[in-house]
Amino acid sequence: MNAARLYIRYIGISIRSQMQYRASFVMLSISSFFATAIDVVGIWALFERFGTLRGWRLAEVGLFFGLVNVAMAIGDAFGRGFDQFYRKVRDGGFDRLLLRPRSTALQVAAQELTLFRIGKLTQGLIVLFWAAGVLNVTWTAGTILLALFAIFGGATLFYGLWVLQATLCFWTVESLEIMNAFTYGGAETAEFPLSIYRPWFRRFFTFVVPLACVSYFPALAILGKEDSALGSSRGFQQAAPGIGVVFMLISLQVWKIGVRHYRSTGS
Amino acid sequence: MPQILVENLVKTFRVARRRAGALGALVGLARREYRTVRALDGVSFSMEEGELLGYIGPNGAGKSTTVKILSGILVPEAGRVEVLGKTPWKHRIETVRNIGVVFGQRTQLWWDLPAVESFELLRDIYRVPQSEYERTRDELVELLQIEPLLDTPVRQLSLGQRMRCDLAAALLHSPRILYLDEPTIGLDAVSKLAVREFIRRLNRDRGVTVILTTHDMDDIEALCRRVIVIHEGGIFLDGTLDDLRARVTRERRLIVDLVHENGHISDPDAEIISRDPRRLTLRFDPQRVAPAKLIARITAKHEIRDLFVENPPIEEIIARLYGEKKPSTMALGSYT
Repeated sequence: MNAARLYIRYIGISIRSQMQYRASFVMLSISSFFATAIDVVGIWALFERFGTLRGWRLAEVGLFFGLVNVAMAIGDAFGRGFDQFYRKVRDGGFDRLLLRPRSTALQVAAQELTLFRIGKLTQGLIVLFWAAGVLNVTWTAGTILLALFAIFGGATLFYGLWVLQATLCFWTVESLEIMNAFTYGGAETAEFPLSIYRPWFRRFFTFVVPLACVSYFPALAILGKEDSALGSSRGFQQAAPGIGVVFMLISLQVWKIGVRHYRSTGS
Repeated sequence: MPQILVENLVKTFRVARRRAGALGALVGLARREYRTVRALDGVSFSMEEGELLGYIGPNGAGKSTTVKILSGILVPEAGRVEVLGKTPWKHRIETVRNIGVVFGQRTQLWWDLPAVESFELLRDIYRVPQSEYERTRDELVELLQIEPLLDTPVRQLSLGQRMRCDLAAALLHSPRILYLDEPTIGLDAVSKLAVREFIRRLNRDRGVTVILTTHDMDDIEALCRRVIVIHEGGIFLDGTLDDLRARVTRERRLIVDLVHENGHISDPDAEIISRDPRRLTLRFDPQRVAPAKLIARITAKHEIRDLFVENPPIEEIIARLYGEKKPSTMALGSYT
């Protein structure tokens, strides 16, 4: 059986496991929905008080918010195995993965598809469609594809961040919270337009953890807005989400270095 | 050509030294101190196909490190290893395809699912063809008598039931080598016997090579023709159980059943080490006094109903080897 089919088999098992605890799934989905909803209320309150943010309107920020949260919900749902990987290192479960004739990344990735992220996903989609409606976004094949590309790029970027967090576990299982600054902190940053931040901060979220490439830049292209603050070209804005995919591919290479380190040091 | 070949295996670990207190933890984050632990320090042995080896030693002696290197998980510092003609850490995937591993303390089955679903996933992971899978599974299910357990979620199985399912899971891909890490730990007496019997048959009837690490000396006594005792990273002994006994102590036990309650026996060459109202246990050194001579002397002087000579139990041998001397055996040191 090839890797893709095996992955699907694993995911099927994960879903059946979760469905053994139906009530828990429902509760978690609802709380995931409302946790994201509270963020929305926070942003709404901000705009209610101040009107605009350096010329950006609430609905425009809603578009960033929608793209980022939908992407994160998907990345989170698929990346759960990496997010929870520290447990496997701590209890020796990673050895079991090495004892099977398959790539370790595949086995970790296939560990779980977290269904309750559907709550966050739904909330993100509601905000996204509301924002698009208010802003009169014209849904052509081009803008739809670009929105999907941005979400895909974002999901792979978040996925890559969880892969890096898991890779860190090969060196230390302490102080993993530092990664939250990039994942959850990064998501909150990317909910707002990049142009409001200081230059070093913009550069960081464009070139190091390229969250701007999956929210700010493609959103400008969807809105048909010029990047007056940073002067990015339309072509770059449309291609930018691809950087999220590259980020994930690089993360998976770093993962291999981590595995090699683990096998030579053990723990 | 042996099936498993290990030459001068060396493996060291760097262990972070922890500092005491909250301040110490902070300092430790910034600047770590390591101390080096030699887990394996020049281990060599070889095994032929179909052998059953007891690999024993105290916790931290390097048992599981050896198993991890043999299965390709860990890369050693130095030494040569060949398993089925390949260096395991260079060919992890090819190596693990031919080995099965059971950890007594950890299941590899999916906790929330019936065992049969785990079996099917393992079939796909190991790329076992369906017809071969069915044949192997049916055989294992019958041998281990797990048919009625297959549809129960694993979390609801007892430890003994789970262990039998785990054994089946580790063998679905028909490995030629099986590593068992404490397979009987925590099991009730009946399950222990069932697991032992299964291991014996697997080794005898199918010629599967088995390496068994355990603290349960009954496992060793029941199963292993050959034992390797590993201690502080080196091989202390590689031989039969009798070799092990001979190496540690020459001592024999003489067990005497008395006619009268609370009788006494005294002999210059034997010492009483335990007494019940009607039974005395004595120990002696057969090189100092021949067993026949000792028995003759005792039966001449005392009224005896029955007596027999036996070896000290293997637990005591091992305990003495590790220096974990129990109070009742403390004085025995002079015999070794």
